[in-house]
Amino acid sequence: MLSYAVRRIAMACLLTLFVSFIAYSLIFAAGDPAAALAGNASTAADADRLRQLYGFDRPIIVQYLHWLSGVLRGDLGTSLYFDQPVATLLLERFTTTARLGFFGLVLALVIAVPLGVVAGRWPNSMVDRLALLLAVVGQAMPSFWFALLLMILFSVKLSILPASGTASWQSFVMPTIVLGYFSMPAIMRLTRSGMISALESDYIRTARAMGLSEARVLFDYALRNAALPIISLSSAQFGFMLAGSVVVESVFAIHGAGSLAWESISRADLPTVQALVLCFSLFYVFFTMVADMLNAMLDPRMRSK
Amino acid sequence: MKYTAMRNKVAIGLLVFTALSQPAFAGKATDTLNAAFSNEIETLDSYKASTREALIIGRHLYDGLVSKNYKTGEFIPELAESYKFTSDTQIDFKIRKGVKFHNGDALTADDVVFTLNLVSGPDFAARYAIAVNWIDKAEKLDEDTVRLTMKKPFPLALEMLAGNLPIYSKAYYEKVGSQGMAVKPIGTGPYKLVELTPGLGVKLERFDDYYKGGQKENPQIKTLKFRVLPERNTQYAELLNGNLDWIWRVPKDDVPRLESRPGVKVENAPIMRISYISMAPRVPNSPLADERVRKAINYAINRTEIRDAFVGKDYRIINSACNPVQFGCETDVTTYEYNPEQAKKLLKEAGFEKGLNLSMVIPGPAAGVPEAIKANLASVGINLKLNSLQYSAAVDQWRSGKQDLSYDDWGSYGVGDVGLNVVGNSFADTGEDVVKDPEIIPLIQEAGRIIDMDRRKALYSKALKLIAEKAYLVPLWAWSMNTAMAKDLDLHVSPDEFVPFYDANWK
Repeated sequence: MLSYAVRRIAMACLLTLFVSFIAYSLIFAAGDPAAALAGNASTAADADRLRQLYGFDRPIIVQYLHWLSGVLRGDLGTSLYFDQPVATLLLERFTTTARLGFFGLVLALVIAVPLGVVAGRWPNSMVDRLALLLAVVGQAMPSFWFALLLMILFSVKLSILPASGTASWQSFVMPTIVLGYFSMPAIMRLTRSGMISALESDYIRTARAMGLSEARVLFDYALRNAALPIISLSSAQFGFMLAGSVVVESVFAIHGAGSLAWESISRADLPTVQALVLCFSLFYVFFTMVADMLNAMLDPRMRSK
Repeated sequence: MKYTAMRNKVAIGLLVFTALSQPAFAGKATDTLNAAFSNEIETLDSYKASTREALIIGRHLYDGLVSKNYKTGEFIPELAESYKFTSDTQIDFKIRKGVKFHNGDALTADDVVFTLNLVSGPDFAARYAIAVNWIDKAEKLDEDTVRLTMKKPFPLALEMLAGNLPIYSKAYYEKVGSQGMAVKPIGTGPYKLVELTPGLGVKLERFDDYYKGGQKENPQIKTLKFRVLPERNTQYAELLNGNLDWIWRVPKDDVPRLESRPGVKVENAPIMRISYISMAPRVPNSPLADERVRKAINYAINRTEIRDAFVGKDYRIINSACNPVQFGCETDVTTYEYNPEQAKKLLKEAGFEKGLNLSMVIPGPAAGVPEAIKANLASVGINLKLNSLQYSAAVDQWRSGKQDLSYDDWGSYGVGDVGLNVVGNSFADTGEDVVKDPEIIPLIQEAGRIIDMDRRKALYSKALKLIAEKAYLVPLWAWSMNTAMAKDLDLHVSPDEFVPFYDANWK
């Protein structure tokens, strides 16, 4: 188990470094970072000054290594846009995003897993059909549209929930529903198919023959086996929620890491973008790794692979 | 843009359809003006800010030595009680007595000298160099007199001093630096900071010790709350449910629907910003080197029709490369009324009877106006390729001479002088001068370094006439801005695209 973990961690570090260098280069490929930073009311002279001030005219690899050496010393740098330490900025934004992502995932799991179990136990039943309908709608409906519908109903018409911001727990209700509903279908469908194939296997027949209760058969035997891909998917979904909830964050004006990344890219705030990319890839790698470890714990066969 | 436009339409449609309850406007009851911006407020150190939103808030936190009255065009003393030009390069300011910073410290001549020397220093890196790079030094002559010396005569000195050069507290700045001013600023302005979360919002409160005299002397509303709401639809929802009292930059198509809601009114105000199409005649082998092709492009674009369809009749068609309200904006220039036949004739004369290919870079989405321009040009045989790019990529392409045309707009920093408009910027042999006309360059350069206003006016007039005659750009229109607000709020956007919240009032 230990050597498995070490191997995974080493791979993860290399992957993170690779991603961060690509991200660094992409900012330069996307246009003149000095002009982006100077803003759209700037002159060529303003951009030139910033280019020299921040050393954008040096080779990209030199700039990257300079940044990397800072990171290795624990210094994420100062945001070129906000003129504030990147670390402080990130901590604030990630707290919000992590909270939202966590609520969203919990909501998705709470709905998706039981529905998936029931749908898998009684395929093609009424419940299964309804669950399918719910999944298709959830997958097909753009999240901004769903978000606006909720906003119109709950905050404009009924005035019971705030339309935007993060001032109270109520502010998180609608974003959680939107985010949760978006990741629910995949988890549910996966649970369903996992349950169907698990329920067809020999050990379930044996379990039933032993006279175990239906609940034990479903949750202890079938779901435990069906759970492996669900865990992998959920952790990937969580990673996605931390990085990719830009639309939801933007509609509900929740200033999280996703929207910070989006904005920072367009204004070429390199230290912020880099720190975010680093965090995103670390999270992604971390959660995938945790999922692998969990799977390895649940399924001893995987440890030897 | 199509995507956004569709979203806007859908959302507004639904809002109108469903929101039947009478909104409760709460701002007046608590004497708090709730406003929203789409852009993040990056820093409250006004010298480091690039967004208009941050600069607007800066004008409430800080004062300058003078300010400009947009009704009369006069400069009015602010932190300076009076001022006097002692030569073309020197101004003496008498500093007002009894002015306090938000922390209770009194304003002194030392604060003024410190600020002006600090921000014009080589290491300070002010975001907009134009605001500070003309200052040579500031010195204290006596306890309440400051002498400002320019590097060379700078005709826009007062324009810059009015609003663009806020005065900081020496003691406080030395303690907290630019990073401190970014989040916890101290100024002498009519409002003081209560709370700021970078990127999220700002809360200001009326500064009760604010001095009398100057244009901001009578702030009415006690609390100003600015929130960052990136989505326009969210802004509408919050305005309709009463959580917001004011939003700006409302697109034309959304106005009738917002106006139809009870408790909401929409105002329209002309601003300094203009839209135009620049041409790069010096790109090697460019057909634009031929004046007839440039004129043909001018004749081929139906500006009135495009304006009516996409931006609205409140935008005023311009024929010169400036806003007519600006000093030095010559409007008596060669004009090119829509005439596709004339365009075809000119193209034929220039040898492009069979048509030609051109590219146009757009720092933003191509839907709307650029597409319409493309259609206009296609009808006279010009095949226009639209390159819609992010701002930084677009300017990169344009400044390095990779595109024939550029569709752009310019706000002149809100300054009412053509010296800071396209004519002053893009025809003076600077980094954005893609024309480099030897006849025009000396005119603009001279007008930028003399104080004699009549002479400047004559120089700009000559330059603008030449630009129009040689058809170096297609002037499109001067902007107008829609703001939507609670019916009981009285607040008007200034022509410089700044918003004087200190003048806001409840009705």
